[in-house]
Amino acid sequence: MGKTLAERILADRSQTDARAGDTVVARVDLAFVQDTTGPLAVRQFRELGFSGVARPDGLAVFLDHAAPSSVRQLSNDHILLRGFAGETGCHITEVGDGVCHQLVAERFARPGDVVVGSDSHSVTAGALGAFATGMGSSDVAVAFALGRTWFRVPVTILIDLKGDFPRRVCAKDLALYLIGWIGADGATYKALEFGGEALSRMTVPQRLTVANMAVEAGAKAGIFPADEVTREFLVSQGRGDGYRPLHADGDAEYERVISLNLGELEPTVSLPHAVDNAVAVGRTAGVKLQQVFIGTCTNGRLEDLAVAADILAGKKRHPGTRLLVAPASRQVLSQALEAGYVQRLVDAGAVILPPGCGACLGLHQGVLGDGEACLSTANRNFRGRMGNPEAMIYLASPATAAASALTGEITDPREVV
Amino acid sequence: MSDIILRGRAVRLGDNISTDDIIPGRFAHLRSNLPQLAGHVFEDALPGFTSRVKQADILVAGRNFGLGSSREHAPLVIKMAGVKAVVAESVARIFYRNAINQGLPVLLCDTGEISDGDELEIDLARGVVSDLASGAKLDCSPMAPLMLTIVQEGGLIPYIRKHRGFLVPGESDQEHGHGV
Repeated sequence: MGKTLAERILADRSQTDARAGDTVVARVDLAFVQDTTGPLAVRQFRELGFSGVARPDGLAVFLDHAAPSSVRQLSNDHILLRGFAGETGCHITEVGDGVCHQLVAERFARPGDVVVGSDSHSVTAGALGAFATGMGSSDVAVAFALGRTWFRVPVTILIDLKGDFPRRVCAKDLALYLIGWIGADGATYKALEFGGEALSRMTVPQRLTVANMAVEAGAKAGIFPADEVTREFLVSQGRGDGYRPLHADGDAEYERVISLNLGELEPTVSLPHAVDNAVAVGRTAGVKLQQVFIGTCTNGRLEDLAVAADILAGKKRHPGTRLLVAPASRQVLSQALEAGYVQRLVDAGAVILPPGCGACLGLHQGVLGDGEACLSTANRNFRGRMGNPEAMIYLASPATAAASALTGEITDPREVV
Repeated sequence: MSDIILRGRAVRLGDNISTDDIIPGRFAHLRSNLPQLAGHVFEDALPGFTSRVKQADILVAGRNFGLGSSREHAPLVIKMAGVKAVVAESVARIFYRNAINQGLPVLLCDTGEISDGDELEIDLARGVVSDLASGAKLDCSPMAPLMLTIVQEGGLIPYIRKHRGFLVPGESDQEHGHGV
């Protein structure tokens, strides 16, 4: 019997047969922390009493969640993390460099890698054919010390994709629709694997959006095969030597197969306060919005800013609706400047936030007021997520977000000329 | 080492309790000051929780407890509130691993018949939750042997400090491995 992508990668990195259900100890290619989970990881690492980290080159610290910092305690956490990076010689990125998951995609993850991060959206790197998963601070601290960690090899659900996205329907709509279908715990302890004839036309940024949200169905990983699209992306990042093709075996065993035709998808919105509360945009049209937020590890990439800039070009945001845009990385911001997207967004009334997590998690830069509603391109709409339990968060694609910023209410992007 | 038999009073919770419910992200600036952070446990979702929960209580939840963020501070502040164990129908993957790593046992069984305030007895090794109020004995999904050892040894950090690796087959021939 052949192997799924999860089994193949974990077999290679553990040097065992690694069948679903097995417990394996696997080599970790990249272990990383961000600034809200990193300080605990550093303290736990110090508790372990190891003389040093296993491989400084396989470790990274990202300052992104509260960057620039809004309060002294978080500034002090940044000092702690910079000190740790200095002591160990591991990688560190600074305030304004971008969101950890985007930087992992740009700079680190390769097909076949095992990536663990103390952030639940570490699954994002599955877009490049890595086995990538989120863990807590203690698990990542141990990966720092040992250079490996343990896994129960997951069973896999195959998502078989065909067709093409209709105009102004985005990868985000696929992700929200899928989570609505599977449910917030429908893939708990399992891996999602993506396959099908549509993949050859799905860009890496689109794959990153979909893999990013695998955890919202409870999944341990969301993995794409590594193909020509992957290779071109790695080459564009100057990392073509990290490419190797990676596919599941033809006779791999899946727990189930979900087939989807992208051509049948509609713009989709997740209603408060659950990601799997997903409906077609028409069912929620007209909800008044005080804020629209475009950005995050889900939808802060160049393609996302491009579709938003296209919809907003030459127009103005609704006067009652603030529009916040946070590019996912310095590279994205730079390319968006060069392409003219930033100018179009600013002219339409957008506030450009520094590359980073921005308003997503309610720490700074866009905390909602009581009774306010926000449409966000992020991945979570839990009560209190954007800093206020009295606020409402709707999740949607960057196209729906831009269309809604124009009208001040949730709007089908296909209706905007 | 944790006790194999735990006894405590059930504190009933519902389905889909997220890590933002347990400890909202807006308190991230307090994560380097755990006593202060712990004062905000369930602040939005269950007002009054800190005065309601008592030492050795057992949280009893429905489906998908702890979904969302990877913040290990979620099981940490639950433990700091005095909670001895979590019993739920299902638990989000990262929360499950984090709780075990913090030495907080998590048991998975059908919790539908457990009422708030019931006296519970948990046999960790056998994986049985007994509701002493109703007399029901609930069989739990077995915990992976590695996880049971980690929780019995007080969490992942004490476990690794002691063993310098993971006690699973094949581990001893790896670079730092001194396991069996």
